[in-house]
Amino acid sequence: MTAFMALLRRDVQLAFRQGGGAGSALAFILAFLVLVPLAIGPDQATLSRLAPGLLWLALLLAVMLTSERIFQQDFEDGTIDVLATARLPLELACLAKALAHWLTVGLPLAILSPLLGFLLNLDTTRLVPTFLAMLAGSAALSFIAAIAGAVTAGLRRGGLLVPLLTLPLYVPVLIFGLSASSGTLGPSGAAPALIVLCAITLLTLILQPWASAAALRAYFR
Amino acid sequence: MRLVADKLTCERNGREIFRGLSFAVGEGEYLELRGANGAGKSTLLRLIAGLVPLTAGVLMMEGGDGDTPVAQQCHFAGHQEALKSALTVRENLEFWAHVLDGGAVDEALAAFSLDRLADEQATILSAGQRRRLALARLAIARRPVWLLDEPATALDAVHTEKLVGLATRHMATGGLVIAATHAEWGLVPSRTLHLGEAP
Repeated sequence: MTAFMALLRRDVQLAFRQGGGAGSALAFILAFLVLVPLAIGPDQATLSRLAPGLLWLALLLAVMLTSERIFQQDFEDGTIDVLATARLPLELACLAKALAHWLTVGLPLAILSPLLGFLLNLDTTRLVPTFLAMLAGSAALSFIAAIAGAVTAGLRRGGLLVPLLTLPLYVPVLIFGLSASSGTLGPSGAAPALIVLCAITLLTLILQPWASAAALRAYFR
Repeated sequence: MRLVADKLTCERNGREIFRGLSFAVGEGEYLELRGANGAGKSTLLRLIAGLVPLTAGVLMMEGGDGDTPVAQQCHFAGHQEALKSALTVRENLEFWAHVLDGGAVDEALAAFSLDRLADEQATILSAGQRRRLALARLAIARRPVWLLDEPATALDAVHTEKLVGLATRHMATGGLVIAATHAEWGLVPSRTLHLGEAP
């Protein structure tokens, strides 16, 4: 197994074994979405109209809740120090950690989104576009979270900074994610927004390893 | 193979830690770093491991693998153990074996008599056992330079002796060891470097 895969596998393992990890983020989101219909009231039309937005907000909350954890523990227990002496470039190590975050937070929520959509009375024609949009957009959210997580890795109480730093970056993902979720499949509907969403994801995929590694290296002094 | 440092100067946050530090460590040698708290022993180790930038001076390996950066030829065992409590002892070591291109996990476990604990979660380990697991990293992959920060902290007499034996074997096969310490721990230094008083 390569160093990259070993790091990816370890982070996924840790996310599910440690309390407060991905498991609890998913539980929190599930609780949020179950309570929403009760809070909003019995009007099914309102719920249906709000459903895509609520799903995206839930995804965003889950990512924000867990972004601080991506680098902080490794930073505090010296893992980053030893990783920096490995032959694996720090950039790739950062990419592995971001991917692990997506695999444990964004991807499960995206896969569950059709099911969660039923809870919110999501229009059935929108199930597939929402699923596809969340699949593409959740990766971008994880990559952005990994940049912010690296910037705040060495700061105690960095948790306050993460939402402030990442909010502006999440906005385009949210806008295009929602417009993809709201349309029907096809060139006049969800397709253009989906393509832009994929472009954003690819852009963050390219930027994230460099940005995260540079942020971590700034702590090496 | 020799690790040569010429007139190293290190400043952190505008404060000078040390200036004009020169030394050389050859194959089979052990350089001991001594000095008061805050004198810069840990900083020097981190600097060699590439975790602190050099303000001025030259640090290089003569001979050996010239293309590999110095940091990638070092094992760095600092104060922090780089262990995950949620993983088992073996999983912790296997992870580092993959990342540091090593593989001798069973030998490393045996070197610090951790084989009996191999399948326990690291969370149950005592301070000394955690230290042993962190040091077992030295044995999973062959790297010529060992950078040890207070290596014998929390270790009992038996395992301090095992660490000394491991370091002696490492030096006998051409390795070099640099350790920061306040007390004798059994490995006889080839040379001692005294770092200046803290400002």
